[in-house]
Amino acid sequence: MNDYAIELNGVHKSYRFFNLQNIALRLQRGTIMGLIGPNGAGKSTTIRILMGLVHQDRGEVCVLGHHMPEEQIAAKWDIGFASDDMRLYDSMTLGWHINFMKSIYQSWDDAYAQLLLKRFGLRAEQKIKGISHGQRVKAALLLVFARRPKLLVLDEPTTGLDPVARHEILRELTAVMASEGRSVLFSSHNTQDVEQISDQITFIDRGRIIDSMDKEVYLDRWRRLRLEVPTGIELPTLPGVIGLQQTGRLAVAISNAFESHLPNAYENSGARVHAVENMTLEEIFVANVEHSREEVKA
Amino acid sequence: MFVISQTDNRPMYLQIMEQIKQRIAVGDWAAGQAIPSIRQLAVDIGVSVITVKRAYLELEREGMIVTRQGKGCFVASDADVGTRIREQELAQHLEQAVRSAAMMGLSPKNLEKRIRAVYDRVTDADKETV
Repeated sequence: MNDYAIELNGVHKSYRFFNLQNIALRLQRGTIMGLIGPNGAGKSTTIRILMGLVHQDRGEVCVLGHHMPEEQIAAKWDIGFASDDMRLYDSMTLGWHINFMKSIYQSWDDAYAQLLLKRFGLRAEQKIKGISHGQRVKAALLLVFARRPKLLVLDEPTTGLDPVARHEILRELTAVMASEGRSVLFSSHNTQDVEQISDQITFIDRGRIIDSMDKEVYLDRWRRLRLEVPTGIELPTLPGVIGLQQTGRLAVAISNAFESHLPNAYENSGARVHAVENMTLEEIFVANVEHSREEVKA
Repeated sequence: MFVISQTDNRPMYLQIMEQIKQRIAVGDWAAGQAIPSIRQLAVDIGVSVITVKRAYLELEREGMIVTRQGKGCFVASDADVGTRIREQELAQHLEQAVRSAAMMGLSPKNLEKRIRAVYDRVTDADKETV
């Protein structure tokens, strides 16, 4: 057993209009990783590859010590996977689904399933076809959570949910982490969700991983500096600054490798530093995608 | 109850640090008292373990809490830990005021006058409300 719940190395997958290129990813056991990126970036393809649902053209994929896709049957006993295209049986009740899962998985925790029914506001006797989209998503997650798998892999678990339901899911996800041996990988468009609950952040854009690291370290590297530039002063090009916009005497600089001497460097050039601000993951997301696309063009 | 606000533009670990300090300052978390483990507090607030870990590390560096190997985390045992927190808060506010004054080119004498004026206004207002 190694320290990683998920390990991808040099993974490639080519489609006619899309390539996943050289994906390397490590999820440490006992941590939550949020996978973010624009639509069509390759989040779902990456998740499908590590679940063995899509086979990589080359590269190594190891999940809970099992090589994928060859050993996916053994691996899947310990993985709970949910995506929005997961089908439940429309004409059956949620209770039927619960009993079905209970009969398959020895790890099934019935007391936890009952607790989740209550917390999620679901009823076992309801037929799937009669419930709303949000309830369907919660039902699918309940069926996965109550198995108490070692690894949860969730593709967009909060998409299409109202704020209350989203909050319930996020709470449950952080509660999973109360026991140290469990790991979670989830993808999301909602940067706020990712910022709140993940230990690790991985950024994908256009089939490549742009960044993958500890969330606190990652957020800490980004800063926005508000500058006043007196007439006749030209702002220097400084290392670690990926964006600079100036209108009149005011300028905004964005750094993705902030160090405490950066404001001094601007002051030394004759500018005045009005503020050094932290950035939200949402702001970083946009700045990062724009920056990486400029680099590709250049 | 810990509140993580999205309109607060500070990082989450700073918000958590501040709320822990408030608890210590008002005496809800007394000097020397055991506090929740990192993992437990993360679950309670609904944020990642790494964020709470960072808050605890910074608080430990500031001497507000201590971690004892195998025993858990505690509020620092010196009796004036609450005072130290208030002291730190005041120092931060003063520093910010001085920076703003410097930006406007205000002399130290002028700044003193302004502080005196604010002091009189606030204490007068407090007298009226009593």
